[in-house]
Formats: sequence, structure tokens, C-alpha cells
Amino acid sequence: MYKDLISIKDLSTQDIDLIISTAISFKEVLQRDIKKVPTLRGKTAINLFFEPSTRTKTSFELAQKRLSTDVINFTVPTSSVVKGESLFDTIKTIEAYGVDFIIIRHQSSGVPYLVSRFANASIINAGDGINEHPTQALLDTFTIIERKGAVAGLNIAIVGDIFHSRVARSNIYCLTKLGANVRLIAPNTLLPKGIENENVHIYTNLDKGIKDADVIMTLRIQKERQSGGFLSTTEEYFRFWGLTRKKMASAKPDVIVMHPGPMNRGVEIASEVCDSLHSVIYDQVVNGLAVRMAVLYLLSSAKLNYTGSL
Amino acid sequence: MDIILKNGHIVDPSAGINTVGHIVVKDGKIKKIILASGIAEEETAKDMQIIDVAGLHVFPGLVDIHVHLREPGYEYKETIESGCKAGLKGGFTTLCCMPNTRPPNDNKTITEYIVQKGRSLRLCNVHPIGAITKKQDGKELSEVGIMKDSGCVAFSDDGRPVTNSLIMRRALEYAKVFDVPIISHAEDVYLSDDGVMNEGYVSTHLGLKGIPAEAEVIMIKRDIELAALTGGSLHIAHVSTAGGVSAIREAKSLGINVTAETTPHYFHITEDYVNGYNTSAKVNPPLRTQKDVQAIRQGLHDGSIDCIATDHAPHHRDDKECEFDRAAFGISGLETALALGLKLVEDGVLSLSTLIEKMTIAPSNILKLGKGTLREGADADIVVVDLNMEFTVDKEDLVSKGKNTPFHGWRLKGVSVLTIVDGDIKYNLKQVNQ
Amino acid sequence: MLCFNVVMKKELLNENDIGRIISRMAHEIVERNRGCKGLNVVGIQQGGVALASRIAQKMSAIENIEVPSASLDISFYRDDLDIRKTQPVVRKTNVPFDINGKTIILVDDVIYTGRTVRAAMGALMDFGRPAQIQLAVLIDRGHRELPISADYIGKNIPTSKAEIIKVLFKERDQVDQVYIQRVE
Repeated sequence: MYKDLISIKDLSTQDIDLIISTAISFKEVLQRDIKKVPTLRGKTAINLFFEPSTRTKTSFELAQKRLSTDVINFTVPTSSVVKGESLFDTIKTIEAYGVDFIIIRHQSSGVPYLVSRFANASIINAGDGINEHPTQALLDTFTIIERKGAVAGLNIAIVGDIFHSRVARSNIYCLTKLGANVRLIAPNTLLPKGIENENVHIYTNLDKGIKDADVIMTLRIQKERQSGGFLSTTEEYFRFWGLTRKKMASAKPDVIVMHPGPMNRGVEIASEVCDSLHSVIYDQVVNGLAVRMAVLYLLSSAKLNYTGSL
Repeated sequence: MDIILKNGHIVDPSAGINTVGHIVVKDGKIKKIILASGIAEEETAKDMQIIDVAGLHVFPGLVDIHVHLREPGYEYKETIESGCKAGLKGGFTTLCCMPNTRPPNDNKTITEYIVQKGRSLRLCNVHPIGAITKKQDGKELSEVGIMKDSGCVAFSDDGRPVTNSLIMRRALEYAKVFDVPIISHAEDVYLSDDGVMNEGYVSTHLGLKGIPAEAEVIMIKRDIELAALTGGSLHIAHVSTAGGVSAIREAKSLGINVTAETTPHYFHITEDYVNGYNTSAKVNPPLRTQKDVQAIRQGLHDGSIDCIATDHAPHHRDDKECEFDRAAFGISGLETALALGLKLVEDGVLSLSTLIEKMTIAPSNILKLGKGTLREGADADIVVVDLNMEFTVDKEDLVSKGKNTPFHGWRLKGVSVLTIVDGDIKYNLKQVNQ
Repeated sequence: MLCFNVVMKKELLNENDIGRIISRMAHEIVERNRGCKGLNVVGIQQGGVALASRIAQKMSAIENIEVPSASLDISFYRDDLDIRKTQPVVRKTNVPFDINGKTIILVDDVIYTGRTVRAAMGALMDFGRPAQIQLAVLIDRGHRELPISADYIGKNIPTSKAEIIKVLFKERDQVDQVYIQRVE
């Protein structure tokens, strides 16, 4: 029986459905006056962030608190990692406290997987390197289902730095699994090799890629990509791949626009778009909370029937 | 004590021998090979140790021109002693060690230290390979002539390439004066960037940064062009790509002075071994694809690749049991190379004789070591192998300090039971009946 | 030959019985509370929801004012999450009214150990502070593990722990029926 959430690839469509339907119930809890339930009282979670994160960590922490879980945050600057302790020693030390959940973000791909191999606690991947960010994909899927009813058959365009984006990878795995027509739109420099094998359509032209799109997912462009030769100026990026109201005209009239945050207005997305009614960016935030509560709840006695394997 | 190895199946490609016979070892040298069934007067000499090796194979001691013995500086990963013991167990009698020690072997003091240490241990023959450039930083040439006089048999900045083409040109020109080969670690570091495995679908699937095959191919081609330009002697280390094999094949057909080696992991396993973030399969150049494995095998078969080395790169577990990105590159190879090579014979890629050639006389000739032969008068470096003995690779059984092998759990056939260096038995698996 | 446990299944209540009981319970609730004013009915997922809405309808019919009913899922409040092999399927919670100061008629199909009711009261308290909570159940099968008793009981059915009580409602199961089942 699996106890961890490491990769979307490990989830069956039934698992995803169960997580989303449970998240719907938690979203109802979040709308109450008293937003806290005693579900995971007596459980302990450690948020182990080896990489700076405000949003994801806040979301996990709040999810844990809403479930009455005891929470400890363990971040790099205050940790013993800087003293040269090995990753695995750090994990073993933390496990000695008898924690139930370890939520890990790490700059190296595969770390949550490696940790899950020997840890007794439930390991939740909160983002590993350029590999995966499964809870982000689940909250994005939840948001799409909330707005569109279902994912199957939708035209979903993911625009931007696919190469460096764990959000993109997890979403590609999740949305194709659920039957969406996934299109990736990026300059060739930002497309990872072999990604075309994932049952996606590749576009370098934004206008063509978002034609008749039901959903447009924009990804954060990091300024330091300029020095790696991945792109030229951010101004040029915006001109060709930045999402503007004018370019959105070729998408469906009821298209929704998503962004995992934090946004660079005027680089990957124009303010007129992220502030428009098409934008569901703030729904993503609240849904993130509900999805993370659902994952914690479901993993607390490990009932996801995993089908995949790495 | 002088030795007679009786009734073994002797395979010595250097002498064209592939038959049952006896070897007489006297004063550390091969005195005689007797291919007739009877043994003459030596048998009666009472101070001779007579070892019956009937049913076993006898080869020249294996020669590995690409190992990392880590000493000085990284003794926690391997020492000259532990590396030599691993070599003896693997059937190797001669090891040429790369200069990426700490400090690097870029001056005669380090060279002399390694040579002395190797001699005093009296295990394998240890020949250092000197750094092409000081500190291996690709800027200023080392004292190639002085280091050669101190015992360096070749020069390489292995672990990294000589990035600057001008310096590589000068190195080839300069080394020619001293008649020593330059060994190229062929990698375009700008193309590999911070990649940690082969670039392709598997790297994307694992979210790991990739090193394209072209990072190797481009550099092999550059170095071949420089070899053609300078007439220097170029040896390409650890060829891993189909493109690299083609480039070398073409260069050879044009008469360019280039030789090449590959290693067992490039002709047996692919990037799929990285799945599960298996750091034992993290190596540079990275494990490639099935197509590359086939091309490497073809290259060995048609002679484009001259020899098999191990690129034995032992690491401490702390350098491997960590994040994949942070894990050290390298595979501990000395103790599995022979059996993995023999698997090529089983797979019909090479004849037994050609395999042994590529692990003895061929590498010896590339670095002009005068080893890898059982000719009369040669140093008595011999390995006796049981080709039928099966074993399961267990990393914990490795004599090397580096337990980092991706072949853990493999069932293999062919075990060296007796390793003789300079006429002395240095390794004896089961006290062969004497 | 196939081999399985002998299952004895016996009907306890049919559709007409259930209809009469619901009618009686609605009258009792109205009587005790002197009308329906300020009364809200809340059914516990999953068995209590249909019963709650029928009781509410009956009460409305008696007093001719609308009695709101709601559904409450108590999964997040259970005390047995640790010992279960799988987490319970979370169903819909829909409490569309303010419960502060109201009298809540909490409804479930069967009362057994009392733990579900305890969890339901915990859940309800997180929606506000009702003036009073009264408990209505169709079947009381005994074996209480907590000091909880129902205010309105459709039928007392003494059982052994090996027996299973099944309550079916048309809304969900196409038939109104209560039966007892013993696995031997």
C-alpha cells in the first residue's frame, strides 16, 4: 500500500477523481465560519523546504492547520543542511521525532522519491527540481473541473518555460491522463527533449497554439534564463509568447487563464489578462488549500490505489 | 619460486596462441611456453611450483589503461593498495591511473610518489598518467618531458576536457616530441552544461538535466581534427556514443593517428539504469541508449574501438548516497570488467581471442607499456580464469573501496582464480591445487 | 460447489411500517417542541439524509410551515481514522441555514455505538451554536459505547454485534425496507 504522493505518474484516474472529490468537500469546510476540522488531530507534519517558497509552504501549512495537524517548518537557512549534514541524515533525524507527514521541496529532482524509499512517514512532494509538483497539478485540475465540469476533451494550452517547470510536467502527466488535448507552447529552447512522447502537441507560435483553447496555463519566466541562452529579452518574450487580451481572441470566448504564481506581469502575462474575468488565479490559491487538505487526509491511512511506478 | 602452469588453455593474442599448453615462469619472466603435451626437464626441477590448471584458461594479465586510484588526496574513496587489490581480483596486472588526484598529478613529485607507492606495494604494475595542463585547468602545459622521465605513460586531463582548442593543439604537438599519447576526455562542457545523465526522453521523464550525445561527438571530432593537424598521438577515452564510434572509424580510415577505448558499462547498459534516481548509474560520459550500445559493440567488433578499459571510478558511499544532482560521477569497474567482457563473447560480438586482445596487448601497445603478452622473456603477468564459474555481482563483495556498481545483482560467468604479477602469485581465489 | 457463509436475512419493517413510523416521529417532534418554529432538521450522511428530509416534509405538512433540512458529512470528525484501513468516502455537507440559536433535530438511520452521533455533534458545533440538539433515529440497536441516547426512536431492535441492520430508502435504494442480516 502506498503512503506517499511523489509523482502524478503514480496516480490512476480513480485516484485523481478521489482526490478532487475529497477536495470539493474540504472546499466546503473552508467556506464555514470555523474553517478547522479535527480530522488529523494528533498527527504531526514537517514542512521541509530546501528551496525558498512562500506560496506552497503557506498553502501546506494552512492545510495542515485546518486539519488540526501539528506543524513544524524546517527551512534551509535555519537548518543543519548548511552545516554539511547529508540529506538522508536530516531525514532520519526528523523521522526520529515520529512525524506522520514530511512535505519536501528540494532543488534536486528525485529527492522526494529517494526519501520515500526509506522513510516511514508519508512523503509529499512539494516540488522537486525540474521534475514534478503534483499538488499544483491536482489543484489546477480541480480548478479546471470546477469551471469546465470535466477535463476530457478540453483544449488546454501550457505556455512558457516548460523545460524548467515542474508545474508543467506534473500538469502534462495529469491532464493527458484525464483525456485533455494538451498543447505546449514555447520557443524550442524551453522545450525538454522527448516531451513530444507525452501525447502532447507542440507549438512555437502562441496564436496557433491557443486557437480554440478552453484553458490557457501560463508559466513563470525567470529572468536568469536570459543568461543561459534560453531566450533573448523579456520584452521580446512578451511580444511573442506573453498572453495579452488581443492574442486571446483566438481562444474560446469562455477560456480560463491560469498561472501557478508568482506572476511576472508584462513578461508572460499582461495585467489586463490576469485581472480579467477569464483569470482563475485566485481560485487556484483557495483550491490549492483544499487539494492539499484532501491529499493529507487521504494519505493519512494510505488508501490511494497507485497504478504506476517509476 | 618459479612456476609451471600446467595444462591450461592458453590464449595470447600477441603471440597468436589459442591452445592447451604449459607455461614456465622463471625469475619473474616467461621462460617458455610448451604447446606439446609433455613437459621436459623443468617438470623435474624440484624447486619449481607446479600448478595444474587443466580446464581453466590462461591469459596475459589484463591491462587497464584507465583507472582512478584516488591517491593521493581521496584515500577515503580508494587507495593505490585497495585499487590494486581490486584489480588483481578482476584479473588485472597493470593499471594506468588518471591524474585527477588531490593535488592532481601535474608534476614529477606526485608522479614519483605514485610510482614508488606502486612499486613498494608489489601488487599490480602501476603506471601514472600525467595531467596535460597544470591543475588540470586547461591553461598551461605540465612538464610533460620531466613527468615522462619520472614514469608517466600518457597525458590526460581526464575528468574534464581541454576546453581550449589551442591548448589541445599545443599539447598534441608538444607530447609528440616525447612520444607520449594524449588521452582525450571528449566532452563539450558547454553542451553538457549542468547535465547529470543522457539527454532524451528518460531525462525528461525523470526531470533530470541531460547531456546530449553531441557533447561527446563534437569533442571527438575536434580532437581528431587536431590530431590530423599535428600528427600527434591521440587516444579517445571512454567512447559512449554511436556518433563517436563513427567519427573514430572515419578518422582511422583516413589514416589519422587515433585510438579509442570504451568500457563495459557502455556496451551493456543504457540510460534506463538511471530510473529510480540510481546514482550507481551516474557516470560521465553518461549511459546512453540502446542504439549507442549497439554501435559501441559494432565498433569493438570492427576494430574502430581498439581496447576495453574500465574507467574504474570508485566513490565513497557518502558521495553516492545523496541527491542525484549532487552525486559523484563514476562506476567501480575493475572487478566486473572481465566477466562483462566475456559476456560479449557469449553474445557473439567478439571472439574470446579478440576480447583478450582488447584487454591486454591492444591497450598495452597504445601506451607502449610492453605488457599484455606471454611471449618468452616478457614479464610474467598472467591471469588464470575459470570461464564456467558463475557468480552474482554483490557490491558489498567488492574489494575496491568503491561499491558503486550498477551491475549489482547481475549473474555473470567467468572468474579469475589466479593472478600472477612478475612471476609471483598475488591473488589466489581458492588456493588452486598445487 | 461454491462455498460461502450462510446468510440469514429477515425483513423487520416494510414500506408501510416505515411510513407510519416517520409520521409518528414527526408528530412527536412537533409535539415536544410545540410546533416547528426554529426547528431545523439535519441528516447525517449517508443513511440519515433521506430520513431527515422525509421527517422535515412531514413536519411541514403537519404545521404548514416550511422546515428546512440539511445534510452533514462527519468523516472529518470521526475518531477512528487511525484504525481504518481506508478513509471513508467523503460525502456532501450542505447546511444552507444559520444554526445559531436554533433547535437542531439531528437524524440518523441507526444508532449503535453512539460514535457517529458524537462526531456529528462536533461537526455541527463548528457551524455555530445551536440552542438545542435533539436526536432522532429510525432504529436503536443498542450496544452504546458513549453516554448518548436518542430523543425520538422509530423502533428498538435488540441485536447481537454479529448482526447487521440495513436500512434502505427509495431515494437511494429504490425501496423502503429495514432488514436484519446474520452472517454465520
